Amino acid sequence: MTIPSFKKDMFVMLIFSAVILTMPMWLKPLGAGYPDLLQKFAIFGIFAVGYNILFGLTGYLSFGHAAFLGVGSYTAVWSFKLLTMNVLPAILFSVVLAGIVAAIIGFISLRRSGIYFSILTLAFAQMFYNMAYSVLTPVTNGETGLQLARTDPRIIDNLLSEAGAGLPSPTLFGIHMSGYSGFYFCAVILIIAFFISQRIFHSPFGMKLQAIKSNQTRMKYTGYNTRPYLLSAFVISGMYAGLAGALMAVTDPLAGAERMQWTASGEVVLMTILGGVGTLIGPLLGVTIIKYFENIFSALNEQALLAAYSFMPDWLAKMMVTITSPFVGEGWHLTLGALFVIIVVFLPGGVMEGLGKIKNLFRKRPPDPLAKTLVEGQRQEEKG
Amino acid sequence: MSHIILEIDNVQKSFGGLKALHNLNLQVEEGKVHAIIGPNGAGKSTMLNVCIGRLAPDSGVVTFNGENVLGKQPHEINQAGISRVFQTPEIFPDLSLIQNVMIPAFARREGSFRFNMFSNLCSEKEVMDEASHILHDIGLNEQESDHAGSLSRGDKRRLELAMCLIQHPKLLLLDEPTAGMARHDTNRTIELLKKIKETGMTKVIIEHDMHVVFSVADHISVLAQGTIIASGTPDEIRGNPKVQEAYLGGAHL
Ligand SMILES: Nc1ncnc2c1ncn2[C@@H]1O[C@H](COP(=O)(O)OP(=O)(O)OP(=O)(O)O)[C@@H](O)[C@H]1O
Ligand SMILES: [Mg+2]
Repeated sequence: MTIPSFKKDMFVMLIFSAVILTMPMWLKPLGAGYPDLLQKFAIFGIFAVGYNILFGLTGYLSFGHAAFLGVGSYTAVWSFKLLTMNVLPAILFSVVLAGIVAAIIGFISLRRSGIYFSILTLAFAQMFYNMAYSVLTPVTNGETGLQLARTDPRIIDNLLSEAGAGLPSPTLFGIHMSGYSGFYFCAVILIIAFFISQRIFHSPFGMKLQAIKSNQTRMKYTGYNTRPYLLSAFVISGMYAGLAGALMAVTDPLAGAERMQWTASGEVVLMTILGGVGTLIGPLLGVTIIKYFENIFSALNEQALLAAYSFMPDWLAKMMVTITSPFVGEGWHLTLGALFVIIVVFLPGGVMEGLGKIKNLFRKRPPDPLAKTLVEGQRQEEKG
Repeated sequence: MSHIILEIDNVQKSFGGLKALHNLNLQVEEGKVHAIIGPNGAGKSTMLNVCIGRLAPDSGVVTFNGENVLGKQPHEINQAGISRVFQTPEIFPDLSLIQNVMIPAFARREGSFRFNMFSNLCSEKEVMDEASHILHDIGLNEQESDHAGSLSRGDKRRLELAMCLIQHPKLLLLDEPTAGMARHDTNRTIELLKKIKETGMTKVIIEHDMHVVFSVADHISVLAQGTIIASGTPDEIRGNPKVQEAYLGGAHL
């Protein structure tokens, strides 16, 4: 494990930015080049990159990060309703509020570690989820979800110009945040988010977080107060989640409580582990894989399956449909579960571990003595 | 009489019915190497646990540099100047060797918390040089980018020793630093300990290996059943019949 130089980091950033910004092009042949899905890649990418700062660096497994996602979304929609349709204030408020909520939840949950920490975060998130349907309905608008209305005050916007006839949509100084412009906006933020995460990974602060994961006892007897380190990581990752939640509202200005359900918290854990926890790029791979296959599998139905098997004899096609149909459409989660089990059992380091193994296959192995004598023997034969 | 840096005053500690420490008194002089010997289960490690805030004693006082350390957090005690090598190596197995020694170097420079998420590890030249240097001293510089978890037990101990030394503690506590080491490694550690001795760092060393004890100690205390039964210079201890009986079983030193 060597510490990469600043130059190398900048080179990685350059490549990374190029790959992200050209996504619409290279994802087109794969059938994923349309804005809705691209936005999802970028937004969940930010969520997972931030989650990885907590889980990947410190090893603290939070099961409640969806709460911050929800806080971010609601805050952004409120900013649209009350102040302006400009996305920048919305994002700013979301990140700050998510950070404050994370500081409170983190302060309490971090009194414990291991499974108890996970359970505490889960409990907090479920509390938020339930409150969204009960005491907090004035803020969340309950089951209907929080939506924009033509009659919203929008103080700043209305000061500057007359309210239009239709329902307004979020803008960045006049650019509407739907379709491709929405994607590019999210992509730029993802690049910034990734850059910050890279800085953290390669800073003394990040190294200390990794040391906490490796041996917290040693950290304490080495003179570190580990609690503020953990709390900082928790708050930062909560802010990332708030940012992702805000962007969800930016690209589609409504917020619902289902965003805070425990399945949403579980999903980010899944994506991070699938890609490779603790690696910089792994969580993004996890996001891309899960969101891509979700898109394909959940759109399939029996008709589509029958069409796909049409080259088979009738009875075989029918049988195959019966076998595979539970795995598609609504049953996509079954596929996801199976995929997850396979990864965790065979590649606990996720896709990144798999890639590393493939890389090692191609790299020149250290010459093992037997192989060396064989090769030399062969050479001598050739000479002779 | 020179300055007493560590004073353990009448400390008691029981685990259930077992009296692990019983009326324990110990004074460690500044700049000296103070060896603690005693049979298994005598309470030696427990004594160190009390000093570094890992265990709270039932009663008694522990003073370091004139300040009571009881009730302080482990990180505060370390920042005050006490570092410890544990009986079972406590290192960062998932980090590289160089990172293992950089962490304590940062602790000394930055204190118990510093939120420097935007500074770059690569630009911390001084810390890196210092870390490489100390790895060189313990002969592990060639593996500096290996994971510490892959080291042999003996190397882990030496790494942990380096992690403590890089902090330049006022008081270094060593819990059997050569246990589980091959003869060759033990000799290397003795050399290293002698070298540190010249820097005037105060050390408390728990050791079963008499060869190590007599080659480095200025002062020896014998701990048996939770209390000090004898204390003196190596020569005094060597000739003390009480010690020979209680601990050494009459064997000649
Ligand atoms: N945390 C603990 N809980 C219960 N009993 C303990 C605990 N720590 C130590 N003991 C007991 O206290 C006694 C003294 O243990 P200690 O580890 O201090 O001995 P030691 O002198 O270091 O022995 P060794 O030479 O084997 O390391 C032992 O009987 C041990 O079983
Ligand atoms: Mg012991």
